[in-house]
Order: sequence, then structure tokens, then C-alpha cells
Amino acid sequence: MKKTVDESLAREFGLTAEEYARVVSIMGRTPSLTELGVFSVMWSEHCSYKSSRKWLRTLPTTAPWVIHGPGENAGVVDIGQGYAAIFKMESHNHPSFIEPYQGAATGVGGILRDVFTMGARPIANLNALRFGNPETPRTRQIIDGVVRGIGGYGNCVGVPTVGGEINFHPAYDGNPLVNAMTVGLARKDRIFLSAAAGVGNPVVYVGSRTGRDGIHGATMSSAEFDENALAKRPTVQVGDPFIEKLLIEACLELMATDAIVAIQDMGAAGLTSSAVEMAGKGGVGIELDLDAVPQREPGMTAYEMMLSESQERMLMVLKPDRTDVARKIFEKWELDFAIIGHLTETGHIVVKHKGQVEADIPLDPLADQAPVYDRPASQPVVPEPLGPVHAPLSLDEMLIKLIGSPDLASRAWVWNQYDSTVGGQTVRRPGAADAAIVKIEDTSLALAITTDCTPRYCHADPKTGGAQAVAEAWRNITATGARPLAVTDNLNFGNPEKPEIMGQFIAAIEGMGDACRALDFPVVSGNVSLYNETRQPDGSTLAILPTPAIGGLGVLDDVEKAIGLGMQDGKAVVLIGETRGELGQSIWLREILGREDGPPPPVDLAAEKRNGDFVRKEILNGTVSACHDISDGGIMVAVAEMVMATGTGCELESPDSGIRPEAFWFGEDQARYLVCVENAADFCAKAAEAGVPARVIGHSGGNELILPSGVTISAARLVSAHEAFFPALMTR
Amino acid sequence: MKAAIVVFPGTNRERDMAIALRRVTGHMPRMVWHHETDLTGLDLVVLAGGFSYGDYLRCGAMAAHSPVMTEIRSFAQKGGHILGVCNGFQILTEAGLLPGALLRNANLRFLSQDCHLRVERADTPFTHKWKKGDVFRAPMAHGDGNYTADQNTLDRLDGEGLVAFRYAAPNGQVVAEETASNPNGSVNSIAGILSENTRICGMMPHPEDLVDPLMGGVDGLPLFEGLVEALVR
Repeated sequence: MKKTVDESLAREFGLTAEEYARVVSIMGRTPSLTELGVFSVMWSEHCSYKSSRKWLRTLPTTAPWVIHGPGENAGVVDIGQGYAAIFKMESHNHPSFIEPYQGAATGVGGILRDVFTMGARPIANLNALRFGNPETPRTRQIIDGVVRGIGGYGNCVGVPTVGGEINFHPAYDGNPLVNAMTVGLARKDRIFLSAAAGVGNPVVYVGSRTGRDGIHGATMSSAEFDENALAKRPTVQVGDPFIEKLLIEACLELMATDAIVAIQDMGAAGLTSSAVEMAGKGGVGIELDLDAVPQREPGMTAYEMMLSESQERMLMVLKPDRTDVARKIFEKWELDFAIIGHLTETGHIVVKHKGQVEADIPLDPLADQAPVYDRPASQPVVPEPLGPVHAPLSLDEMLIKLIGSPDLASRAWVWNQYDSTVGGQTVRRPGAADAAIVKIEDTSLALAITTDCTPRYCHADPKTGGAQAVAEAWRNITATGARPLAVTDNLNFGNPEKPEIMGQFIAAIEGMGDACRALDFPVVSGNVSLYNETRQPDGSTLAILPTPAIGGLGVLDDVEKAIGLGMQDGKAVVLIGETRGELGQSIWLREILGREDGPPPPVDLAAEKRNGDFVRKEILNGTVSACHDISDGGIMVAVAEMVMATGTGCELESPDSGIRPEAFWFGEDQARYLVCVENAADFCAKAAEAGVPARVIGHSGGNELILPSGVTISAARLVSAHEAFFPALMTR
Repeated sequence: MKAAIVVFPGTNRERDMAIALRRVTGHMPRMVWHHETDLTGLDLVVLAGGFSYGDYLRCGAMAAHSPVMTEIRSFAQKGGHILGVCNGFQILTEAGLLPGALLRNANLRFLSQDCHLRVERADTPFTHKWKKGDVFRAPMAHGDGNYTADQNTLDRLDGEGLVAFRYAAPNGQVVAEETASNPNGSVNSIAGILSENTRICGMMPHPEDLVDPLMGGVDGLPLFEGLVEALVR
């Protein structure tokens, strides 16, 4: 078991020869095994952001309502009436491929801790999922495990899962994406940070005991998969949502006292990263005595304890005279509580175990000299324009096919396994509005929350795709009547050491940044997941589609004004925004013609802002009774979704637009909404005044969708075509 | 009405229940930690939903042996009113305060969806705001809600009119074999039952999550309004 520390072991731990040389130079000697472990996880892509940091810095992160941007455990924004929303999205992609249930479950657990460690009660979970080809048994197995895992954890901790998204593409066959988002609520003057302070103050460990699970998980997440991926199962952590629930309650109870100086969860790289980051941020040293760490199994070494990613653990710095108060609270909740060290003035992290110093590392160079790479990147290739295309089927046949296709079919089979109502504040459940709406108890406020990304757009044109993901999140929040505030991002890409992948990453960030700036929608937290690639048996690698998932958050000052997407009876249905009939990269092109080409629809950020601000204003004025943004599948699918949501029908008018019908009805032009209004003439006049294109495309009523051709489809038939996919897939 | 909600480690719908009780009483109910042993002065004790002790043993089995349960039994013997919802219903069956047991849902998956309940008798403190045969909507959120009991017990529940609610179609039709109306596969579509003195009620769905038009309706409100009227002092 005794390993010799050298360059070859460093390579096994994921460090390059140059990085190892830097470790030796910082230490002035050969590091111990534990020290090498600490360096390797802190300098892993997952923890150090070494390939992405240069580009992340270009994103806008401030606004008058931003309280804490990137750099804390989660982003914090002011939502008014004395409250703050604290939120973040994080990936658990690699573990979810290896062990879908535990991978997804611990993904939920990890993101919950990032949020409640800042003093927030978690009030909503969402998740953005990408799976491979649904026709393969392995994909179905992964879906089953991931959905059970998300439900198993979220349902037990009692945080409602209120929204999210699912896409399918063969590019995710060997590398599904599981991005979990949590939103929490805190008083804005009661936010807890992670910077340690006060030499001599005790360092306290609470929560589950430390075991040997997840050792080197962060390193595993920083490499691509090969054919032996499934043999990495021991690096996947095992979750215990019951302990997490107790930990939430105990931490919130403690946070109501004045005992805490600093607090951080033990996430990726466990005790190592929490101790290093807390001390580093506070500019102090830290000494840990591992004999005091609560342990699940005997005989664990310092290396194993420092690198374990056992779940449901927190590290805190307490005021010395308040440790008894804290201990009593954790005893009440039957959780382990141990003083495992103290802060020092050495500027080093010193780890002692069984009377030996197992690690003694200066903190400043560990952080400051962490590698940062400006990796070579190639400019993404601009896609050829889409030539003329023709519909091989009638409008109604195409609609039925589209709403039953994997990317557009009803997700009810999935949502119905997630508790979406616990907490008693869920105003709009999944599918009822473009964003989930969760009320803030005892106030008039509500949050509107969504996750969005269109990976096929990002693949064709990463810059436009990055901008589109942000714009769609902003639009989905707007469509409920809420004011968009900020986003969290989860940037999932392939191997950054390949110039074309790095090019995708840089372009996507550029597009996101443009959209965030134009829409006043800053990035306040996020996570980067690289190396999402799988080595094929022939030696080539398959990268995922670039997937910068955006988690958007907005606020409604008056929850009573929130609206959903369900068609309301006896209204004019008005199309907002310009329609040119963009079919490049559309769902229609893929599902009807079997093609994935052309450029994605352009994103006009000025039009997004103008149209969205108009729609939001009218919703708040009370003139709009339903609103749905137009995205995948275009106008026709959006109308069908509105009809299916309430069962109220709609008679569509002939477009008279000079655009071919399939392009008009299924084109995916951006910056568009459908709204139900009482007085169309008044409404369109107001739109014209605001410079916003608006036209009536139909009238609601009855229980059928009536196409311009006169063909009718009952709401019930739409629903059965929409709902068939998941149950049929999962009961095969 | 003086109400208390018992909180076990892992209980997670105590806040929802408190909202519903506060809505009808105007004040917050007392929260009783499972180590407490004093239930004096209470009219109603509620066992709320959640995953007590993680439900790592049979659902509700650990909580049924918690210190507070001794007091709850004695509260029941004195004729106190007890409402158990979801995990609370499971605990009441594990504690022997209500007959039968809750198995894994028939489809072996967690079910979070609205269901419709038909009121089977309207002369109890829990149901008197409804009429017999009324149908109301309630969210369900459970993995183990598939009610079962031996034939003698089922005969007795039917014979003595101790079934409070059955899963039904929106029009009130009860067909136990149909998953559309009886999603978890409960025997005879039983969703909620009563003790012999009708003072203990256990049910799987969550009336407490439908007491506000903002959250989609007030279908669950009659249960709580009825309790306040029946237990006013």
C-alpha cells in the first residue's frame, strides 16, 4: 500500500510533469503522499478551473441587486422585502454515467449544501438533464437511475423539484449530463460566508462520518472516459438524504444563533478543499488533527481522509465560547460534531494524524501558483446556410409527430416521480408555466425559475447558442410576469486540450456574456464540467454537444400577477416578435427531414429586450391572461402546448406572411411569445407604439386545435400523442 | 382549536401542515419534537408527511417506537383527535392505532400527482364539511401508499363505515383496478381510514397542500375548517 511519491504517481493523480515540478518547487522537497493528494485535487480541472478561468472572468457578474457573485458557495441576489435568493447549478455528469442513481442523488445533495451553507433554506430544486439515444438499453437504464436518484434524494429532504429540462442526442450516449440546481431563501442580513477568521478559533466538523467513498472523485471528473469507465464505480459517492435533511435543519438552527464565524460544505475534494478554501479566503493558517475526524471505518489513512468525498459533511469555524451551543444543536439532531482543529497564523495547512505531520503546505502558493492555462483554440466553423426545404407531410401530421418526439414529448412521467408541492409554496408546477413559480411564505413575492440550453444550436454555432440559452431563460422568466434578475451557469463541454473544444467554449462564453450584458442578467454562480468525452473502442473520442446550461431566476413583486401558459377561453391569440421562418437546426428539420444542419436562428438581443419588456409590462397591467415563449418546434408546437395545458382549443388563422407554411409554423425564430388577450386591437396598437411586432394568429375556445386548413385535432388527441413517449420507452 | 404537529427526524411536511392549520385557526400550531412527552391541553395532534428516520426500515416503523408515541397512544385512549397524513398515516398503522399497512406503490415508483378522493362518510370531525359522495382533488406524493389489510379487516372497515376516503375518478366513480383513478393500487381504492371512534384519521394524499387558490385550489380546506368547527372549545 505504501506508494512512492514521484512524477509517475503524480501523473496517475492527474498532474502533468510541469505541474508536479511546480509542486516540488513550492514544497522545496518531495511531497508526502497526502500532500500530493491535496495538490492534485486542488489543481484538478474540477477544483481549479485551470482551463476556463481566463474566460469566466469575461462574464458580467454585477448589478445593483447582486449581493454576492461568483467566488462564494452560491450566488446571492436581493429579491426585495428584506430577502435574498441564493442559488447555483452544478454538474454530476461523470458519476451519473458510472452509477446513475447515486450519481444523480449526490448531485442533488451537493448543490443543496452549497446553498444552505450560506444560510438559506432550500425552497426549490431543478435539474437539466441530457441523455443519449433513447433507443439504446443503456440510455433507458441511465434515465431510470437518474430519475430515481433525483427523486429519492429531493423527495426525502423535502425540497420541491419544480422544473428542469431533458434533451436526447446520441452525443450523450457515453456521457449523460446531470446538472442540478437549488434555490434557497435567506434574510438578506443573515448570509453566511466561508472566509475563516480568528487565529485560535476552533474548526468543527459536523454531519456524516468520513468513509473511503469518492476518493479522487474530483480527479475522475477531470478526465475523459475510456472503456474501463464503469470500473471507476468506487470513486462515486453514496448519498444519505435523511442525514442531509437533519443537517439542513441543524445548520439552520445553528445559523439562528451567533456562533458561526465561517462555514462551508465538504463537496468535491472533501475536507481538503473546504479547509484550504476557508483558510485561504480568510488569509489564515489551519491545523487539522485527523484523529478527531468522525470515521466510518477503521484504519483510514490521512491521505484517504483528506481526499474522501463522503457526503453530508460540513466544516465550520465557530466562536470559541459558542461551541457548546453548537454541540447541543447537533446532538439534538443526532449528528456527529467534532472539533478537529483550529486556525493558526502560519499561513499553512498542517495535517496531523497519529502524532505525525502528514501534510504541511503553504496556502498562498497552493492557490496563487495553481496552474492557469490559455489553451489553444480554433475558431468554430460557420455553418452553411440551409438551402430550400420542403414539407413531406401535412401540418397536422407533422405536429403530431413533433409533440411526440423525444425532445418535445411530455415529461410528466419524469415530473410525477418528483415531489413538486412539498413546502406548500408551489404556485405553478412543472409544465404549467414557462418557469416554475415558488412563493415566498408570508410575503407577496414569488420566484420564477427555469433552466435552459439548446445544445444543437450551440454545436452549430457556439456563440449564437450561448446567447440563445441566456435569452431563452430570460424569456421564460418574462413569460410568467417576473423580472429576470440573474443566472447561474453550468458549462458542460468536451476535452479543453482539443482546440476545437476550447473554441466552442470560448465562443459560447462570448455569446452568453453578450446576452447577459444586453439583458441585464448577470452570472452570479456556476460550475464548469470539462472532459465530457468518451473514448470509443477504435481509439477516437466522442464529445458531447457543447451544453452551457443556464439556470435563470426572476422575481414577481406580486405573486397574484403571475400567469401560466395554459390557453384561456374566448381570447385572441397574439404572436409577439418577428417571424422569418428559421428552420436551420430546428426540431422540425431533425424530426421530419432527419437532418441536423444549417445555422441556428439568429439572436437579436435588442429585439429580445424590447419584446420581453413589453410582454412583461402587459402581464403586470393585467391585459395578458396566458403567455408562452416560442422555442423548440416554433409557433405550432407552442400553440399545441398551450392547448394541452388547459384543454381549451384554438382556431388558427392562415398566416398570410409570404413564408412557406412549415417555416412559418415550425421555424424557431427567437424573441417571440404567444399571448392570450381580451382586446387584440388595443393590444396590437400598444405593441406598435413600443416598436414590437404583434399580430393575431388565432382565437381560443372549444376543445380542439383548428388548423388554417380546417383540419381539427382534439385537445385529447394532442395529449395522448404528447404523453405516449416516456411511458412507452420506460416500460419496454 | 389547539393543534400540535409532531416532528420526527425526517418529517418534511410540517411546514405545509402548519400553513393549513394557521389558515383555519389564525395561529401557528405547536411543534412537538419527538422526544417531548407532554401533549396536555391539545385538541388535535397531527402526524405530518415526510421520511421519518429516512424510511430506511419500513415506512413509519422507527417513528412508531419514538418516545412521543407513548403519549400519543394515551392521548388517543383519552379520546383525543389525531390526523396522520402520508408518513403520518404510515406511522399510525405501524403503531397499531389504525389497521392495515401501506406497501410500495403498485408501479414501484414514487407518485407525485393530483388524485381525486371520494368522501365515504360525512359525519366525522374530519369530513363533516363535505357531503357523502363529494369528490375533491388532493396532491399525492409518496412511494409507499398502496393500502392493504387482511380480509377480516377490510370487511370490518366496510361494515363499520371506517373508510373515510377512496381514490376515485373526477366523476366519483371508484374502480380499484384502474391506475388512472387508483394510482398506487390500494385495495378497494382506500385512501384514508378512521378509527372505530372516528377520532383518528389516516390518509395518504395531502389536503394541506391545497388550501390556497394561489397554489391551485382550496379542495383540502374543508377538512381543516371542519376540524376547527368540531373541536372548538
